[in-house]
Amino acid sequence: VTRFNVNQQMLNFASYIIICSCVNFFSPHFLLQNNHVARNGGMYKKPFVEYFEETPLLVAVLTYMGYGILTIFGYLRDFLRDWKIEKCHVAREREEQKDFVPLYQDFENFYTRNLYMRIRDNWNRPICSVPGAKMDLVERVTHDYNWTFEHTGKVIKDVINMGSYNYLGFAENTGACAAAAAEATQRYGAGVNSTRREMGNLDKHEELEVLVARFLGVEASMAFGMGFATNSMNIPALTGKGCLILSDELNHASLVLGARLSGSAIRVFKHNNMQSLEKLLRDAIVHGQPRTHRPWKKILILVEGIYSMEGSIVRLPEVIALKKKYKAYLYLDEAHSIGALGPGGKGVVDYFGLDPRDVDIMMGTFTKSFGAAGGYIGGKKELVDYLRTHSHSAVYATSMSPPVAQQIIASMKCIMGEDGTNLGRERLQQLSENTTYFRRRLHEMGFIIYGNEDSPVVPMMLYMPAKIGAFGREMLKRNIGTVVVGFPATPIIESRARFCISAAHTREMLDTALTAISEVGDLLQLKYSRQKTPSLEEDAYLESQD
Amino acid sequence: KMASGQQWVLVEMVQAFYEAPAYHLILEGILILWIVRLLFSKTYKLQERSDLTDKEKEELIEEWQPEPLVPQVSKDHPSLKYDVVSGPPSHKIIVNGKECINFASFNFLGLLDNERVKVCALASLQKYGVGTCGPRGFYGTFDVHLELEERLAKFMRTEEAIIYSYGFATIASAIPAYSKRGDIVFVDEAACFSIQKGLQASRSVIKYFKHNDMEDLERLLKEQEVEDQKNPRKARVTRRFIVVEGLYINTADVCPLPELVNLKYKYKVRIFLEESMSFGVLGEHGRGVTEHFDVNIDDIDLISANMENAVASIGGFCCGRSFVIDHQRLSGQGYCFSASLPPMLAAAAIEALNIMENDPDIFTILREKCRHVHKSLQGIPGLKVVGEPFAPALHLQLERSSGSRETDMKMLPQHLLVCFQCLDRQIAVTQARYLDKEEKFLPSPSIRVVVTIEQTEVEIEKAANCIREAALAILK
Repeated sequence: VTRFNVNQQMLNFASYIIICSCVNFFSPHFLLQNNHVARNGGMYKKPFVEYFEETPLLVAVLTYMGYGILTIFGYLRDFLRDWKIEKCHVAREREEQKDFVPLYQDFENFYTRNLYMRIRDNWNRPICSVPGAKMDLVERVTHDYNWTFEHTGKVIKDVINMGSYNYLGFAENTGACAAAAAEATQRYGAGVNSTRREMGNLDKHEELEVLVARFLGVEASMAFGMGFATNSMNIPALTGKGCLILSDELNHASLVLGARLSGSAIRVFKHNNMQSLEKLLRDAIVHGQPRTHRPWKKILILVEGIYSMEGSIVRLPEVIALKKKYKAYLYLDEAHSIGALGPGGKGVVDYFGLDPRDVDIMMGTFTKSFGAAGGYIGGKKELVDYLRTHSHSAVYATSMSPPVAQQIIASMKCIMGEDGTNLGRERLQQLSENTTYFRRRLHEMGFIIYGNEDSPVVPMMLYMPAKIGAFGREMLKRNIGTVVVGFPATPIIESRARFCISAAHTREMLDTALTAISEVGDLLQLKYSRQKTPSLEEDAYLESQD
Repeated sequence: KMASGQQWVLVEMVQAFYEAPAYHLILEGILILWIVRLLFSKTYKLQERSDLTDKEKEELIEEWQPEPLVPQVSKDHPSLKYDVVSGPPSHKIIVNGKECINFASFNFLGLLDNERVKVCALASLQKYGVGTCGPRGFYGTFDVHLELEERLAKFMRTEEAIIYSYGFATIASAIPAYSKRGDIVFVDEAACFSIQKGLQASRSVIKYFKHNDMEDLERLLKEQEVEDQKNPRKARVTRRFIVVEGLYINTADVCPLPELVNLKYKYKVRIFLEESMSFGVLGEHGRGVTEHFDVNIDDIDLISANMENAVASIGGFCCGRSFVIDHQRLSGQGYCFSASLPPMLAAAAIEALNIMENDPDIFTILREKCRHVHKSLQGIPGLKVVGEPFAPALHLQLERSSGSRETDMKMLPQHLLVCFQCLDRQIAVTQARYLDKEEKFLPSPSIRVVVTIEQTEVEIEKAANCIREAALAILK
């Protein structure tokens, strides 16, 4: 009887493995071909090459098993903590409030307590210098397995920074931009103490908005104090009930929040998949609103320039063609791509050589390529006039701090070449070279890299939960600061390390980093790729000419 | 030998099939068939059925016309042109080219152009640059942030504090981190817009009670209790919260905190307190409304404030017990998914805290000035002062409010005219701005008068006279 049970168990196990691999089979990355070359070749002026190599089956199985083991141990540890066998570090509710409804469900925090806590030292690493190409980390130790940290008082100096969003190297404390910001601080102070519509509209803000509009090539623009809030406060002002929002699968949390707060209907299309988007557009216009079949008031497509977890670039020429055909509006969030793509640094529109007037709403942030903080929206004058009167941020939120605005003005002028130096052009060139070099070397080494070959965001696949922690720690031992991401920011088996290339990285720094990555890759067996290195001339060619 | 071994196992397996109970075999068979079906079926689409031909679909697509992206804004819309401030918005402010005395910026403690604060901000700029280039999780945590969090927690005498990079996003991210779909939140009608957005994002059930009316709140709580008894299982997992402000920005009065704490323990509801206007203003040491009423700070579950008023920096913070605050480090949207506060602004906030701690007399001086202003503004024909005598941001509303929103709205241009006249006479006041269509309970139109510590008696007299004359001229 026992042997019968064991056989049945094996059958069950086998069927579950098959189901898991089927689920994996249908996940988006399997359906995308390797080395996907753009169809509709006529719209693209240069090759559009993106890689999303398949997850090897054995790796997928092992990853699920890894999570399974961690979950079992998690339950065990929770049991031990409940029975006071193990010391409990988790903060507890007050005695006086013990009979209140619990603030958190135990299950919500299961992942945090048992999986995240083990490798928590890879995140929130405090730094004590400029977040430039090299940075100084505050050394911290933990004596109780990451529940609490102590600062030893020492500083780890000159760690190569592969994690900060510093694409053009404007995170610096010397130079023209810093001097201008210092002058603004001396003159204006740090805060503003009022909203745009009341007494917080400074001449600096007006100057900034005119400059941003000129930089982007649009009629007018408006600047806000926080990039996240730019999305969450302005999308509700633009759409409302009776409108439809078509949002990419992998959009950022701020876009999702803005779409939800607006009250419009939201439909999601597969990541960067133009057939899926076209189908949704056709269905929406033909069938109208659900149940009543009234026509939609307007349709807004939400896409990002570069998707920071995938490294992919939006297929902008195709999206614009679709938008024109079906009379929808396009909201382009260029948080990562402004300053980082395009020959003039003007973002993904510049990269594809398109007309900025085709994009209805161009949104972006100043945090990444300009070394400051805040966001902007640019477009036609009617749009910006409407936002000036109806945006939540203009009425209720404090305006941007003056030294921050000055930093943006100075760095933007530098990128445009208006400060009298060649610095902007040199940095753009350097960034592009660094990106190509870094991606090519990682491919040659045999790692699985996702994304477009021109994007300075380079996700490298790790898959297994233990490797997330191991990679982060091993790289820090070799004095390189990297960013690792796992669930819930990514699908559960697709954890990755993400490198952000900067124009401030020199070739030597990149080589040091690459040597270290290769070493750690061999140590942890991360070189999963089974393709031979594609040479950039042959299979990156356009197929059909439409 | 291997073959016979395998054969033997095979025989065993076949035997197992024969010996297995029928239902078990059927179940396994269904599982296998289901897997096969999954393997070969296409994904299920909802709107597959359509009785329209392709030609009809093309016609529909041709005919559909969307609304314009944004409605046209008329050229003389009152909010289109902003007042332009040239230079710093300090005590003597240059608005639209004219130098005025500032009665409109929330610079209560005068820290905006304080030299010490500027020196610290500059030192920080020279060390760290301007931006942080990343969110808190990815090398965006600076030692300055950690220091500011520690200092805030120590100042407020709580266990922990967490900083946000934008004042509006603070309470708007904190509420949805705790209150989810199905939970219940009791909110004052006069709650500010950021609280309303936080509530909307949380998707909880929201119940409004009349402004500062504890009986109305108790009535709602009793009703909820009756509901709970009908369904105790659901009640055991439904969280309840009360969200109030310390000093309301829309009505400039204080919430009755001791009664709220009593209600908290009686009905087992948690309190979230928004102290943007009262932090650095109320209380002997500026710790806010808990110090003002001498309430134990641990009785309040979460205190949230922005650093853009008294502290004269940018950003916001939440403080409370670690049990509550630590949760936001992974689920506060404005914290996890947004770049952190620029270090120079954090350094400015730390220095402001230093000044507040070293010199607690400024709070007494500020309260004196508030009382003075409150008294001077009494007796203006046509306008009444709304707010407590110790509130630093007062409202001047129409004395004879008609009670209906439309007629009040028609008086709007007159409020504006009063403000313009004052600006002409070198007193900078502003109309309190709201988004008419978005507010749940739109406050009556009013003129905002802000008291700062830098205003002298002479200037206050001048301002009161100026407003009186403008009101006489326009509102008669």
